Amino acid sequence: MANLDPSKQRRGLVAIDGAMALIVILLIVQIWLLSATLETYLAGHAGAVLPGAIFSGLLFSAALTLNSFVNRVEKSSRRPH
Amino acid sequence: MSLFRSPNEEPLWKDEFSVFTSDERYVTRRQFTKFLTLASLGMFVGNLWILLKSRFAKSPAFPTSEVAELNEIPIRGVKLFNYPTPQDHCIMIRTSEEEYVAYSQKCTHLSCAVYYSAKNDRLECPCHQGFFSVKDGSVLQGPPPRPLPQITLERDGTKLVAIAVKGT
Repeated sequence: MANLDPSKQRRGLVAIDGAMALIVILLIVQIWLLSATLETYLAGHAGAVLPGAIFSGLLFSAALTLNSFVNRVEKSSRRPH
Repeated sequence: MSLFRSPNEEPLWKDEFSVFTSDERYVTRRQFTKFLTLASLGMFVGNLWILLKSRFAKSPAFPTSEVAELNEIPIRGVKLFNYPTPQDHCIMIRTSEEEYVAYSQKCTHLSCAVYYSAKNDRLECPCHQGFFSVKDGSVLQGPPPRPLPQITLERDGTKLVAIAVKGT
């Protein structure tokens, strides 16, 4: 069984927690963006729909990047099976 | 461990059920992160759906319907009619000798019927004191979130006909 430095493990967990907090913030912004876009669209203003979709896509790609970062950190700081 | 597993990777159970109990911290965090990312994808799909709906929405075809004869109502007089369906109540106002405007009578706040106040020269909703401009149906005061839908009128000989609804 391979032994892993506990401080490295702790650092890994802290990094994962930080990334998770960021994703939560991104998700809150996305929820607000979706409701604001829907409300403006239903009010008859279609001008905000395209920027809303682009910005939401950017937020999703940021969340995806953070997800792969979490996976990478987990692989590097977790003990092999 | 990404959103989609490749067949060359180790089986999922080895990731999910480690022999080290302390590794559960990683598993729960990874699963929660994956859930958050999928929720983010859901929000993005929602925005895309609104975008597609706005791009490919068909503009409705409106019937042509006779509203009134010219000079049937006096200046600052009103006539109620139904357009485009018998369930849609509308109000036409003669604002000057040659000018007529018509709007949906349904208040954009909570759908009470608006009426024309000749004294204040505006459309008023009696339920929550929402006032609309006679010129363009815009909100002057009160809780209505958007202007009244405007009925497009056209002159056909001696008749006024409704041909479309703007701002539904």
